[in-house]
Amino acid sequence: MGVLDPLIELLRGLGTTFKMALEKPVTYQYPEEKRPVRPRFRGRHVLKRYENGLEKCIGCSLCAAACPADAIFVEASENTDEKRFSPGERYASTYEINMLRCIYCGFCEDACPTEAIVLGDNYELSFYDRRSAIYTKEMLLEPVPSVEMTTPRKVEPGVFTRAVPEMKDPAD
Amino acid sequence: MAKQVTLTIDGKQVTVPEGTVVADAAKMAGIDIPVFCHHPKLEPVGMCRMCLVEIGRPVRDRATGQFVMENGAPKIQFMPKLETACTNKVEEGMVVLTRSQKALEGQRGTIEFLLTSHPLDCPICDKGGECPLQNLTMAYGPDKSRFLYNEKFHLDKMVPLGELIWLDRERCIQCARCIRFQDEIAGDSVIGFDERGRATQIVTFSDPAFDSVFSGNTTDICPVGALTTSDFRFGARPWELQAHASICTQCPVGCNTTLNTRREAKSGGRIVVKRVMPRQNEDVNEIWICDKGRFAYHYTEGKNRLTRPMIRKDGKLTRASWDAATKLAAENFQKAKKNFVILASGRLSNEDLFNLKSLAEHAEGKAYLYSHMGGGELTSLVGVGQRTNFGTMGAGTTIVVVASDLYEEAPVWYLRVKQAAARGANLIVMNARETKLDRYASFTVRYAYGDEVKAVSDLGKKGKIGDSFLKSENVVILYGSDGLGVSGSRAVASACAKLLNENGFTGRPNNGLIGVWGRANDQGAWEMGFEAPEDLAKALKGKTVYIAGADPAADDPKLAKALEGAEFVVVQDVMTTATTEIADVVLPAQAFTEREGTLTSGERRVQRFYPAVPVTGEAKADFAITSQIARHMGIVLEGTSVSAVFDILAASVKSFEGLTYAKLAEVRPQWPIVGRSDLYYGGTTYENTQGMGAQLSAAAGRGEKVSLPRVEKEAVVRPKEKELLAVPVTKLYDRGTTVLPSELLHQRIGEARVVLHSETAKSLGVEEGQTVSVSFNGVNGEAVVKLSDAISVGVALIPRSMGLAIHEPAAVKVK
Repeated sequence: MGVLDPLIELLRGLGTTFKMALEKPVTYQYPEEKRPVRPRFRGRHVLKRYENGLEKCIGCSLCAAACPADAIFVEASENTDEKRFSPGERYASTYEINMLRCIYCGFCEDACPTEAIVLGDNYELSFYDRRSAIYTKEMLLEPVPSVEMTTPRKVEPGVFTRAVPEMKDPAD
Repeated sequence: MAKQVTLTIDGKQVTVPEGTVVADAAKMAGIDIPVFCHHPKLEPVGMCRMCLVEIGRPVRDRATGQFVMENGAPKIQFMPKLETACTNKVEEGMVVLTRSQKALEGQRGTIEFLLTSHPLDCPICDKGGECPLQNLTMAYGPDKSRFLYNEKFHLDKMVPLGELIWLDRERCIQCARCIRFQDEIAGDSVIGFDERGRATQIVTFSDPAFDSVFSGNTTDICPVGALTTSDFRFGARPWELQAHASICTQCPVGCNTTLNTRREAKSGGRIVVKRVMPRQNEDVNEIWICDKGRFAYHYTEGKNRLTRPMIRKDGKLTRASWDAATKLAAENFQKAKKNFVILASGRLSNEDLFNLKSLAEHAEGKAYLYSHMGGGELTSLVGVGQRTNFGTMGAGTTIVVVASDLYEEAPVWYLRVKQAAARGANLIVMNARETKLDRYASFTVRYAYGDEVKAVSDLGKKGKIGDSFLKSENVVILYGSDGLGVSGSRAVASACAKLLNENGFTGRPNNGLIGVWGRANDQGAWEMGFEAPEDLAKALKGKTVYIAGADPAADDPKLAKALEGAEFVVVQDVMTTATTEIADVVLPAQAFTEREGTLTSGERRVQRFYPAVPVTGEAKADFAITSQIARHMGIVLEGTSVSAVFDILAASVKSFEGLTYAKLAEVRPQWPIVGRSDLYYGGTTYENTQGMGAQLSAAAGRGEKVSLPRVEKEAVVRPKEKELLAVPVTKLYDRGTTVLPSELLHQRIGEARVVLHSETAKSLGVEEGQTVSVSFNGVNGEAVVKLSDAISVGVALIPRSMGLAIHEPAAVKVK
C-alpha cells in the first residue's frame, strides 16, 4: 500500500460528492410539492358512490370482519324509498375507521362486495389526539357530484331493489 | 328401551334405536350428512334432496328370511340411485355411504339447483354468517354454477308476515321447516305454501298475520335468510355478537336463553342486547322460546331506567348518595318495628328474595309476595319431584291442567304438554271456558266459575275421567289463576294437593303440583316463605313499605291510594314507575341482563343467569341493596357475592339443601346436538354450556310427613240482574311494566278489553269493537268489547294488567 493511497481514496470520494452536487436534486419540497403516488398505492380510505350519487356501501360489515387490526366499525340500518342512502334494503348508518389502528393492508377493499371502500391516494394523516384519528362516514364518503345527488334522498319506489350489483373482475 | 339396530355408516359401526332415520343416526355417530328440510324435532318430509346418500341393504333369502352370505359377510345390495338419509329409517345390517363419489355428486347437484334462484345477497342478509345454505355451499357445493346469473327468478323481497317476522321470497328454498314447525310443534297452522313449482311461496292465512306466539322460532330453524325477525333486522352481523347465557324472566317456565350483545353507536356507544336466542335445555324449553321471551327484553335498556338513588325532599325526588338513601330507609324501617312490610315480586332472583325475607325476619316485619295467585306453600310441599321433565312424559302419565290457559300464561309449557299428549299422555283440561289446549286433551271438564274445587275433587271419584286419572302411574297437575284470585287459586291448589297426596302422586319424578305463576320467580319466593295477602291494599295502608321489583301503583289505583296513605315508602326497581313516583326513597336496581343470580321455575328448577351488559348508572343488585339497608339497621346480610348468598340460602332453606352454585352450572350431553358448527342441523339455537340447573326437592320427596290445610270452598260471586260475572284472565302480551317498553309488541298488546259471549253482547245491545264502560268493586273504566263464543253466557273476561285492575271474580256492570 502506497503513501498516497488514502489521498486517492479521499479524492475519489470527493469526486462523487462534486458530481452529485451538479446533478438535479431528487428531493421533493414537501408539503409545497407532492410526490405522485403509484396506481396501487394504499392511502386513506374513500367510500365510493355510484354515478347517480347513491352510496355503494350497504353496511354489510365484511370489511370489519376482514380487518386484521379491528379498525373498522359498521352499523347498518334500513333504507326506505323516502330516505334512500344506497340501493337495496340496507345501508351503513355508522361507518368508522380508526386510522391509528389501520395498517393499510387493503383487506377491506378485497372483502367489499360492492367496491364501496377503496384505499385512496391520501397519505397525509396526522392527528393531535386519538379521537380525531377516528374517521366517520361523512369524512370518508366521496363528495357528491351535484346537489340533487345527495344522500339520503327520495326516490321512485321499486327502482333500487338490488343491493349487490353485478360486477366484473377488477382489471387493475 | 327401544330395540337397537346396528348399521354401518362410512365404514363406522353405529348402534341406534329402531325407528331412527339415517341422517340422525349419522349425527349420533359424529358423521355429517348435509340437510336443509330435515330437522331432528320435525317429522321427515324429504323435500330438499340435500341428504342424498348411497344406501345398501343386506340381501335376505326369500325362503328362510336369513341374510345371504358372501365371503363370510352378508351380501349387500345397493339401490341403483341415491336415497334420502332423512326419510329412510335404519335397518339391521344397512350400509350407508355418505361421501362416495356418487353421493357427493348428488349433493353437489342439489346445491347447484337450490342456488339457481337464490339471490346471493348474503352481504345484506341477517342470516349471513350463520346460514346453513352458505355453510353447506362452501362444504358440498360446486365451485361454479352452470346456470346464468341474469336468469335468476325474482320474487318479492320484503314481505311482512305479521309485524314480527319478515319474509324474503327469493331466499326461500321451500324446505317447509317453518310450516311444519307451526303445524307439528306449535299447533298453530297459520302459514302454508301457495302456488306451485318455481312460484311456490310461503303465505300466512291468519288475521292478524302469522298469529302464533311461537313465530320467532321459525327464524331459528329457517336454513336460509327467508324468515328474519323485525326486532333484529339489520341489527348486526352474527359474528360480531357476544353470547351470554341467561334465563327468560317473563313467565314461570324459565326458558334458557342466550343474550347476544354488541356495542352500538345508536345507543351512544353502550353495549346493548341485540337479540334473545333460545339455549338448549331439553328438560325445560328444548330449543324453543316464545315471542314474548324473544322480543320483550327492551325494558332493560329503556330511557326510564333508574340510574341513581333518590330521596324525596320538599315533595320532590332529588338525587342522593347510596349511603344517605339506604340510611334514611333503614332509619324508617327500624322506627316502624312491626309496621314494617316488604312487598317483593317474582321478578327478583332467589338471592334477592332470600335477603329480603331475612331482613323481614330480623326486623320483625312482614314479607309479602306481589302475586295475583296463591297456593305456593303447597307447591313446596307436594311440588313436582326431582328429575321431573315434560319431555319424558307419555303413556301412563296423566297431566291435569286446571284453571289455566297455558298458551297465554306459559307458552312453552303449552308446547311441552301438547307434545306429551301426542306421545300418549292422558291430558285432562279443566276450565270454565274453552282454551287452545282443549284440542289435544283426552278429557275436557267444563265447570262454572266458583265450582273449581268441586271439579278437582271429582277427579278422585269413579267414572271415565276419574278412572283414567287414578289408574295412571304418574300424575302432574298444573293449576293457574284463570278466573281466580288469590284465595280462589289457593283453594284450587289445596284441592289439587289433597288429591295428589291421597293417591300417592307426590315425591316422585313426574308427579306433583305445578303452579302457573304470573312471574318468573314466584315459586322461589314461596320457597323462601313469602305470603300473598288477599287484601293487599289493607296490608299496605299506614305501614312502612319496602317494595322491590313491583309496580302496584300502576296496576291498581286502589293500591296507589293505599301507598299514598302509607307511612313511608321505599321502592327499589329497575325503572321509573307509577310506584316510584309515590316513593319517599327510590333505589336503582340492576336489570337481570346486568347481573348474575338464580331463578326458580314453576317446575322448581333452579337455574343461573349471567351478566351480559354493563351496569346502568349507579344501579346495584337487589340483594346488595337490601344488605346495605340491613347494615344500617345493625343486621348483617351477605351483600358482596351472589354465590355467597346462595350458599347461605342453600344452608337455611330446606328445599335448597345440597345445591351449590357450581352445581347449577353443570351440563349433560343432550340430543339433538345443536348450536355447534353445524347450524344446518338444529338451527341457530345455542348449545347449552353454562348450566342446565337443578330441581329442588319437595317435602313429600324428602320423606317428610305432609300435613295439608283443609280445603276451603271459595265464596261464589252471584251477579245480580243486569250484572255479569267478571273474571280475571291472563293475557300473554299485557300492559305490564316489563312488556310495554317493547314497541314491537304494541299491536299484539292492544287496548283494554272485555270479552263477552255473543249472546251476552246481544242482550246488552253492544257490538264487537264498541267501547263500553265497565264498573266493578269500585273500579270504573272503559274497555273495547271482543266477542268469543268459547266462554259462557253471562260472563265477562277481563285480562289482567290491561288497564282494568281486576284481582278476583266480581259482579260487573257493562254499559
